[in-house]
Amino acid sequence: MLSLGTGGGKASKASFVSYVTPEEIKSEKEPPKKNKHPELLPGEVVFCSANPILKFTQDDQSQRGVFGTLLCTNFRVAFVSDEEEDAAQHFKNRLYGEHDIPLMCVDSIYGGYDDKKKLITSGLVKNKSPNKMIIHCKDLRVFQFCLTFTKEEDARKIFQGIVHHCLEPKSLKCVFAFSYSNIPNPERWATTTFDSAEDWNQEMKRTRGWCKIVTGNENFELSQRLPQVFIVPKAVSEEDYAKFQGLGLPIWCWSHHTGCALFKASSVPMLQEDTVAQAYMERMLNDVAQNHLYSVKTEDLSETLPSIQEIQLAYTKFKQFFLIDNTTDFWMSDVKWFSSLENSGWLDIIRQYLQKAVEVVECLEAENTNVLIMEEDGTDLCCVISSLVQLMLDPYFRTLPGFQSLVQKEWVAGGHNFQDRCNHLHHKDKEQCQSPVFLLFLECVWQLLQQHGPGFQFSETYLTVLSDSVHVPVFSTFLFSSACQRVSSIRADSPQTQRGALSCPAVWDWSVQFDRKAQDFFINPLYAEKPVKVVKKSHRPKHQRQLSLPASAFKTPSKKSFFKEETDSLKKMLRLRRISRWMLSPDSPQPSTREFYEAWLRKPLDYHGLLLPCLSGPAIRLWVQRYLRWLPEVQVFGGGAMAVISRLSELLAQVQELKQQLEWKGHRQETNHRGVPAHLQPAVRHSSVFPFASSRNWSFRPVIPTNVFQSLLVPDSLADQDDEYTEVVSLV
Amino acid sequence: MASASIPAYSSSPLENSSSQNASRESLRLEPLADVALLPGEERVTDKDIIYICPFAGALKGKVFITNYRLYFRSNDVDPSVILDVPLSTIGRVEKMGGASSRGENSYGLDITCKDMRNLRFALKQEGHSRRDIFELLFRYAFPVSHGLQLFAFLSQEKYEENGWNIYEPVDEYRRQGLPNDKWRITFINEKYELCDTYPTKLVVPYKASDEDLRRVATFRSRSRIPVLSWIHRENQAVIVRCSQPLVGMSGKRNKDDERYLDVIREANGTPKLTIYDARPNVNAVANKATGGGYEGDDAYQNAELVFLDIHNIHVMRESLRKLKDIVYPNVEEAHWLSSLESTHWLEHIKLVLSGAIQVADKVSSGSSVVVHCSDGWDRTAQLTSLAMLMLDSHYRTLRGFQVLLEKEWISFGHKFTSRIGHGDKNHADQERSPIFLQFIDCVWQMTKQFPTAFEFNERLLVVILDHLYSCRFGTFLFNCESVRDANALRSKTVSLWSMINADSSSYVNPFYTVESSRVLYPVASMRHLELWVMYYIRWNPRIRQQSQSPMEQRYRELLALRDQYVKKLEELQMSEDPSSPHLTNNSTPSATSPRQRITHLHTPF
Repeated sequence: MLSLGTGGGKASKASFVSYVTPEEIKSEKEPPKKNKHPELLPGEVVFCSANPILKFTQDDQSQRGVFGTLLCTNFRVAFVSDEEEDAAQHFKNRLYGEHDIPLMCVDSIYGGYDDKKKLITSGLVKNKSPNKMIIHCKDLRVFQFCLTFTKEEDARKIFQGIVHHCLEPKSLKCVFAFSYSNIPNPERWATTTFDSAEDWNQEMKRTRGWCKIVTGNENFELSQRLPQVFIVPKAVSEEDYAKFQGLGLPIWCWSHHTGCALFKASSVPMLQEDTVAQAYMERMLNDVAQNHLYSVKTEDLSETLPSIQEIQLAYTKFKQFFLIDNTTDFWMSDVKWFSSLENSGWLDIIRQYLQKAVEVVECLEAENTNVLIMEEDGTDLCCVISSLVQLMLDPYFRTLPGFQSLVQKEWVAGGHNFQDRCNHLHHKDKEQCQSPVFLLFLECVWQLLQQHGPGFQFSETYLTVLSDSVHVPVFSTFLFSSACQRVSSIRADSPQTQRGALSCPAVWDWSVQFDRKAQDFFINPLYAEKPVKVVKKSHRPKHQRQLSLPASAFKTPSKKSFFKEETDSLKKMLRLRRISRWMLSPDSPQPSTREFYEAWLRKPLDYHGLLLPCLSGPAIRLWVQRYLRWLPEVQVFGGGAMAVISRLSELLAQVQELKQQLEWKGHRQETNHRGVPAHLQPAVRHSSVFPFASSRNWSFRPVIPTNVFQSLLVPDSLADQDDEYTEVVSLV
Repeated sequence: MASASIPAYSSSPLENSSSQNASRESLRLEPLADVALLPGEERVTDKDIIYICPFAGALKGKVFITNYRLYFRSNDVDPSVILDVPLSTIGRVEKMGGASSRGENSYGLDITCKDMRNLRFALKQEGHSRRDIFELLFRYAFPVSHGLQLFAFLSQEKYEENGWNIYEPVDEYRRQGLPNDKWRITFINEKYELCDTYPTKLVVPYKASDEDLRRVATFRSRSRIPVLSWIHRENQAVIVRCSQPLVGMSGKRNKDDERYLDVIREANGTPKLTIYDARPNVNAVANKATGGGYEGDDAYQNAELVFLDIHNIHVMRESLRKLKDIVYPNVEEAHWLSSLESTHWLEHIKLVLSGAIQVADKVSSGSSVVVHCSDGWDRTAQLTSLAMLMLDSHYRTLRGFQVLLEKEWISFGHKFTSRIGHGDKNHADQERSPIFLQFIDCVWQMTKQFPTAFEFNERLLVVILDHLYSCRFGTFLFNCESVRDANALRSKTVSLWSMINADSSSYVNPFYTVESSRVLYPVASMRHLELWVMYYIRWNPRIRQQSQSPMEQRYRELLALRDQYVKKLEELQMSEDPSSPHLTNNSTPSATSPRQRITHLHTPF
């Protein structure tokens, strides 16, 4: 119906957006009397509801649960319990409760027919409606609703309604963000959005890069592939900007303090005899090389890294291990847990991406060469690698506002196709484009975070919440397929906007989802700001940013002078073309990054400098918080790393309060300070999954594994022996 | 920024790793000739040698051998590579190559250590230097096989506190509220006449006479009769430990044993006594062939028998061997998880933990339990001590943990000499098995899951394991109390706890929170169990050895910062209001608030 993303062109007119099937309209006219409604958001409309529905509690296999009303709105599937809910929730999401599922967050729906479970794929279920509905969510929650207690007609309607709104293809305008209206709040953490030339200018100044800003794409005249504002090497001539609709154009990502820089590009489809394209690419490489010391290394990432399809395949296998709906399955899968994880390949993909990022870091940090990474679109693998490289090299991106700016710069302004990668609109023909690329990036960030905790201002809870927010259809951030589509949807004067300009908030406006107290969980208490050293101005040039390890640190040869050799040759080649495609070099890059890593490891660790991940087997771990938070079997009551983190957070809050008091005192403005600071709450024992899954009742009985023994197949000869059999015989 | 000065993680010479982390404080070393020797330690020899480092390649250096340690230092690389290995940690010494082999470093020595590493050296062909070193190492690493004394008997170390006094059985039982009207302390084993592998003081049912005990002893393997390990203060449920009953092929019964178990059951009115047999069912059945077995339903009517499916010492030994293969010298990268799974090491940990959870759960719900395996000194010790750790917060303190080890492991006769092979050259001895290591690993898993519940830190566990092998202290020597007495261990050697308690602050977990009545149930799922990298992979230089966990460091930093602010605030207060110098008497509540909050912070957690 609606075609969007065609830029300035005229879109077909949409006068009426239909969310509902005719039968639903009927049911809406006579709402069930005692049905409870959740607090609706502005713009939220209820499509259908049913009562009583039994929602099974996940805790056990017994068919226990709570009765309540199941609703489907244009925003979510909601369940409102008939019973009083315990209100104490530390980490309440303002948009949706713990029994609500934003429509975009639904991963798959199963119908339970007696003891069979069937995956539902389309909206119209011909045969009899199931007696049970199982919903798997993208944030890994699992819901089970029993439909047999309500009227058959109602049960059928609610089931079909939910299936329709969650699984059927829809147009962008049907996404709740277009109905939702919200007055934006001032953001707590100032995030650079990279919407304007000014933002890019600042960023280049900060990194002391010297490329040129192109502003000629304000209305996507140059190319719809390119952002409105972008930066290219100085040497690129103007006529080359749009030569291949922006394909192959090296886009600046970040400059190293030595002057070399990281660029990314989409690749130009090249036939062998296509001399024009070949010459163009040669020219582009040259232009990049001229940025610093006439050097460039280039790599086509799609040739060396798992593709987006492989990422999708691995994650599809991987996530199944966490979408568990009963205890028996849990303990069954516990037996082969490690090999299952490994066989999914997901952790290995994480390792490969981190490895590649380290390789790029090595080129920039140790060899001081420019790097150009490429792939087909230049907005998937390139985004992962370029953001990881910047995260490792530049401590600014490890602060919370810095990280948000990085996501804006590389992903949002950079034009990652969130819409298709998440398949937000459920278009069947887009299924092969679906791939959790952004999640892969967050996974890699989490690996860095868990290895170098004190280097990051944000916490893993922040990353978990961010990964959830991708599927909350309220934010403009993760909704669009390109910068062009985003801009045209947001612009008020756009001819397409029938229902007015899109005024939904960015995900960075965290107050939309969480109150200030809950937002405190985003701060990592291990992070300490770099102590500011007072430097005499006359002595040193002004640093716009904290430098990572000076390059010279790596040039002191330790045993084999491998870096030295490089720099010598670098000097020799100063005036030579030094263009290499390093993936094509016969010797694998692995050993060299190993030495690079080990050289780094020998230096004292500076959390405000370069941070590299350890990639050995035990170092790549499972993101326990994200993946296991809803499984009751793995909750450690009163334990987990959270026990220590909350202690640190409390202490940090105290220190900050004292500091504030001191500052007031220093000014001597107030004679009476603002009263006694609130005493710390007497320590509440949390579960290891805190702050998630908080409403679950505490069980004081331990979880005892079942069928633990079946798996342990030990060689008989050993198992059959007795501990002391030689001696026992003598006893008989 | 203020930061408290913190003792480095590894101030013990034992922990010097082979890695290049010379920045660590522990490597603050004088020239080789004057390595700081322990009192009683004597130099034996030194030689130029080549260390074939699995990470950095062949390194020229000097080896220095004393009657306690092998010390190697190479200045070939910067920072220097240092090895400091107590000789007793060596499990096996072998010659590699020789005149017939080719290559540069063909005259080799291969040393297998009990602490998850191997050392390879190469020597010059001339002057029989390899033979000399080999013979000296063989002699001093395996003193028992050469009629020499273990270093613990030669050490002259002195400490303020006598660690041997940490565990006084009667005091410990009194702490538990014993004796009482149901349970008495018996001295029947004062001369080790009832059972030579049990301690002298035992807690038994009040109703059972010494004569009863003697009769029960005839029906229990090695006379290891059921005795009390722990009693629940509120519900009076007990953990009782013993060895298997001598049922045999014919299915023998013993009325005294049956009555004795029923007396245990009656003591707190438990309707059905639960007997946890740590073994897999099939093994328990197989034991009948060798005279052992398990408590049958018909004979023990008021008891239910549960098998916990924990494998025997041979399986555990094999599992650890496989684990070593995948972590030393190189760590598997791409297939790490499936390799780890194939060792079954964590799966065994899971079984031991889940067995202990069942024991603890049963006891805290008010039922008494009996725990045994075959002889009641390996799996039984693991289960009772872990269950006690879950149930009784006293054992989670630094000193309480020492008591737990002294009680359940040392005094009840875990056969340390046989399982570790102290000073014995017979490296292939079938009796050796990492049962105690497995237990410490379980404790570590618990500390990971409950990071605020234990007063001691990871370092304590590593140091305990290092001295399990080092033979510097008497603590883990010999198989049972009777042999220790015969060797006058307490008077002739120093206890490990003397050293630990002299420096207790380095073993304290800053996040420890006293919660006295709390039962800890860890989650025995593979989702939570992890390999103890800081122990098993600590020799690998690619694993960053942090002198202190970043959490601890940050915590101390923040504490220091807070104190600094409080002080400043008070100073300001003073200068602001000189008329009332006594802050605490000031009527404004705000003035005292910071102080109040400090004390508050220490208490609530």
